[in-house]
Amino acid sequence: MTAAAAAEPAEPLAQPLVHAVNVTKSFHHNEVLKGIDLDVDRGQVVCLLGPSGSGKTTFLRCINQLETIDGGRIWVDGDLMGYVDRDGKLYRLKNKEIAAQRREIGMVFQRFNLFPHKTAIENVAEAPIQVRGESRKPARARAQELLDRVGLGDRCTSYPAQLSGGQQQRVAIARALAMQPKLMLFDEPTSALDPELVGEVLAVMRELAEDGMTMIVVTHEMEFAREVADTVVFMDGGVVVESGPPRDVLGNPQHQRTKTFLTRLRSAHEHP
Amino acid sequence: MSSDNETRPAASADDRPGAIKAVPVRHPGRWVAIAIIAVLVAMLVHLLLTNKAFDWDFVFQAMNQQPVINGFLKGTLLVTVLSMVVGVVGGVILAVMRLSDNPILSGVAWVFTWFFRAIPRYILLFTMGTLGILFKDIGGLNIGVPFDWKIIEWLGLSGDWRFLNLDPNQIFTGMIAGVIGLGLSEAAYMAEIARAGILSVDKGQAEAAQALGMSSGKVMRRVVLPQAMRVIVPPTGNETIAMLKDTSLLLAVPVLGELFYQLQSIGSTYYKTFPIAVAATLYYLAATSVLMVGQYFLERHFGRGFGTQAPRAARPAGAGGA
Repeated sequence: MTAAAAAEPAEPLAQPLVHAVNVTKSFHHNEVLKGIDLDVDRGQVVCLLGPSGSGKTTFLRCINQLETIDGGRIWVDGDLMGYVDRDGKLYRLKNKEIAAQRREIGMVFQRFNLFPHKTAIENVAEAPIQVRGESRKPARARAQELLDRVGLGDRCTSYPAQLSGGQQQRVAIARALAMQPKLMLFDEPTSALDPELVGEVLAVMRELAEDGMTMIVVTHEMEFAREVADTVVFMDGGVVVESGPPRDVLGNPQHQRTKTFLTRLRSAHEHP
Repeated sequence: MSSDNETRPAASADDRPGAIKAVPVRHPGRWVAIAIIAVLVAMLVHLLLTNKAFDWDFVFQAMNQQPVINGFLKGTLLVTVLSMVVGVVGGVILAVMRLSDNPILSGVAWVFTWFFRAIPRYILLFTMGTLGILFKDIGGLNIGVPFDWKIIEWLGLSGDWRFLNLDPNQIFTGMIAGVIGLGLSEAAYMAEIARAGILSVDKGQAEAAQALGMSSGKVMRRVVLPQAMRVIVPPTGNETIAMLKDTSLLLAVPVLGELFYQLQSIGSTYYKTFPIAVAATLYYLAATSVLMVGQYFLERHFGRGFGTQAPRAARPAGAGGA
């Protein structure tokens, strides 16, 4: 790993946790990502904004390799994702090694994707037991703690179908946290929720950010972005249009595309 | 809403409509149907009780013979269970192969399914019983390196590279041949059922499991297959019931310790064929009924977490089974 890092000048020593350079991705000749650069420092919260089809979700999925990238490089905590670099030549990692890289990254999906045949606590304890080989008892105790932390300590034995959308998403966050990830990815975590359930999920995410978790959040929740994000990245058409502190990007956008998007989003919020 | 209240005529509480006591719709058709069916049932009971050809004493005596009971327990129940174990395990493996990225595995699974679905079970079982001829003149079924004698000759060595010698007279006769034949045929059908079940699981489930760092084997075993079972179990119940009945084809191997063969031999001894058919029917009815109960419990087990009923919600923490 050190040899690889030395051979790759684009990888500085005091690295950010996530370091993405010139990431490209196409689906059937349709270029979805056209060279994305993004650095996320430890403890930072980055919100990805942009119209649908701008590539934000794809980029998020590329970070933990649910999609393979066509070009560019992504490092998470100094590890090149999906490949190993030996003397300037890239070798694809085996599925097992990719799975090991994913363990460091938690992901929360728009549609929760809880395991419907398992109770809340089984959902949370599943990966520690099955992936990290923890024994049942401590894993369940920790799962209980995590469910307490997201405010669902009393719903341990409920199946996902017996929980509201907001509760399911909070269980999903607890499930991702159970692997003690360095980085949390949120893919529109509140978009599938009824409006009155959005707040409880955002509150959990806010606490997580305050506890110093590094987070990349694809969202349309402007208020959350304004209050919690350290950096807001506005994407459109597969490129980063502008990025910076929320007060700059949201308060004083420099690009016409950003302005148009923000205006449209605001009017949608005022007249739903 | 408020305008509704305003336009509604002001009335005292007594005038407000209360509980509905309406005359229900009459269903004269039901009474006609009941009458017709009652007559038909009475006719059937009359037939069953009075017709001497049933010879109920003989039916129950025949059912009680030790060879018949053995035929039912071994030839029918045991062979059904063993064939279905071979079929379900084989079918799930074939389905996973068929859906894998590896084109060789997927091709092999397709060819297997194609071949064993193409052969009628009766003929397959007959063939299983005759396969021994392939190994008759070469000292049994040898398993080892193919063309070993040629390779050994070429390398200038001596001896052979065969590790396992099986007696074809044990494998390609009787119940073992029957179980292999029925099991392979069943695996071909189960492969399609299992494939449909696996494809029915939302892609997000596998993604969520992958994102947690699970290996692809774990994703399949822990997340996808348990959910696929919900779709796989009902048709598998069908297959099991069909298998129960297909054990009567064991006669083609031939397996003589089979239920219907044993019943028939009693029937031909006493020149009574119809009561034998009744006896066989009763055995198959009983066995199928038991299987249907089993299927109910399996469906309930794999359906957990789906649907609206909450049978386990009241369980204490930690008691939820995996």
